[in-house]
Amino acid sequence: MKKYTDTGKKDTRSGFGAGLLEAGKKYPGVVALTADLKGSLKMNDFAEAFPERFIQCGIAEANMIGVASGLAITGKIPFAGSFAEFVTGRVYDQIRQEVAYGKTNVKIASSHAGITLGEDGATHQTMEDIALMRALPGMTVINPCDYNQTKAATIAAAEYCGPVYLRFGRPSVPNFTPEDRIFEIGKAYIFNEGKDVTIFATGHMVWEALQAAEALEKNGINAEIIDIATIKPLDKDTVITSASKTRAVVIAEEHNMAGGLGELISGTLAGTVPVPVEFVNGEDRFGQTGTPAELMQAYGLDAAHIIKAAERVIKRK
Amino acid sequence: MTNIAELQRISSQVRRDIIRMVTGAQSGHPGGSLSSTDIMTALYFNVMKHDPEKWTRDGKGQDIFLLSAGHMTPVYYSILARAGYFPVSELATFRKFGSRLQGHPSIEKSLPGVVQASGSLGQGLSAAAGLALGKKLDKEDNSVYVLCGDGESEEGEIWEAGMFAAHHGLDNLIAMTDWNGQQIDGPVEKISGEGDLEAKWKAFGWNVIVADGHDFDSILKAFAKAKSDKGSGKPVMILFKTVMGKGVSFMAGTNKWHGKAPSQEQCEEAMTQLEETLGDY
Repeated sequence: MKKYTDTGKKDTRSGFGAGLLEAGKKYPGVVALTADLKGSLKMNDFAEAFPERFIQCGIAEANMIGVASGLAITGKIPFAGSFAEFVTGRVYDQIRQEVAYGKTNVKIASSHAGITLGEDGATHQTMEDIALMRALPGMTVINPCDYNQTKAATIAAAEYCGPVYLRFGRPSVPNFTPEDRIFEIGKAYIFNEGKDVTIFATGHMVWEALQAAEALEKNGINAEIIDIATIKPLDKDTVITSASKTRAVVIAEEHNMAGGLGELISGTLAGTVPVPVEFVNGEDRFGQTGTPAELMQAYGLDAAHIIKAAERVIKRK
Repeated sequence: MTNIAELQRISSQVRRDIIRMVTGAQSGHPGGSLSSTDIMTALYFNVMKHDPEKWTRDGKGQDIFLLSAGHMTPVYYSILARAGYFPVSELATFRKFGSRLQGHPSIEKSLPGVVQASGSLGQGLSAAAGLALGKKLDKEDNSVYVLCGDGESEEGEIWEAGMFAAHHGLDNLIAMTDWNGQQIDGPVEKISGEGDLEAKWKAFGWNVIVADGHDFDSILKAFAKAKSDKGSGKPVMILFKTVMGKGVSFMAGTNKWHGKAPSQEQCEEAMTQLEETLGDY
């Protein structure tokens, strides 16, 4: 199989910070807003380079979304950032009314998504945000897998006209995608071609899927690995083509079952290529305190669980 | 700029439009529309720098108005039509299937004059602050106006926006409260004990003006003062004391007509109290 190398662990939120700075240099309309989480969102470099284009909103997320919508109407390209839970669940109605229904060019910068937020515990770990954002008509949902891809996706979000939900994480994770690859919104990336099973993964789970594929290969199982970096709009052609070929599917995400990638892809396949599917996700639970690695293992979100799911689904062919 | 006698003629026609639109749709919100009619008339026909012919959603080169209390669409649409944003005849489609005149303001069908969706209360002041900040970043001299309700001001986001606008020195933002003292379930004081709005907005760092929202002399003076405050580094809140249902005897001063449509007979009775000045649609 194709070899992927970790070029050094980096957090995806730093990829966002680097992408924001580059987008800021390229496009004078880019502005950044945060609700007292400038450092956590890695907006420091942008704020230093463009102090007048950095807008500190204080701990008032609802107002931040509204302000971002107003700025967007005047032609700015606002990135409004906070922890994933606080820029989705807390402000769902503001995003619905003023960003999605209001058709404003706002980019929701969602950091510390999923269970890998870690020690802060379940109050801060959202495993429901993709469901909320996917449900909004016209919302683009992007969940990149590493530093390089997050940086590229941030620049792509700035260049795209329309509401975007950009989801990334807190911990340092392997950085393995090409540094110079332009991110294409709406494209699923085939990281390894295989014939026995397709593993669709998003975000932090993509690296785990690649690790799983290497282990499966040693057992003679040839896995196709597809990175669903854009969850909405879904690259249906790539999903259907791959499932038609392998006839067995695993879907892995750092998110709960309800409204996540698993339901999205299996729903797509149900009407086109009804093949056996196994899920690797947070099921229907809240998280808890722990290190990211402890939590990923405890909630079944790692390569070991993907391997088991692949073996199960192949038996169901 | 329209003089007071002419403003009074316009507001009488707008009140007729409001009652006829809500009667025609058999739904909508006449109470707050009638209490804010005089404010809105003064704003669009005397105060704001705007040109319906050159209007674009981004509001470049113009003053911008945003309706935060989105349920007041009857007055908003009548004013926009009478000011020339779209044909007056279109008012007949209010709240009807397929109409650009949705129940609450929407940009979905590109109705000229509407800049943002609103109606989920408490959100418009934040968007207006964003518009005002955008104009400042672009070094544009125009102002942003936004109309809120006093009942709406029970929403926490109003006060988040209040803190934000003062902190960022948005002196190109002129907010208005239609202080009619009523909301759906009853008098505001009985529902929430909102208290002294004047003291509250002052404490939030705003320039506060209190005016009679049914006396054009008082309204125009309030706006003149608000405009002269530009450069003070503070946003302006004009608290307009008004009467819900103003202009129609059986609707005035009560919460009962917040969101209720009159019958055909009641509409006809209201018409006898409001002079047709510009021609009904």
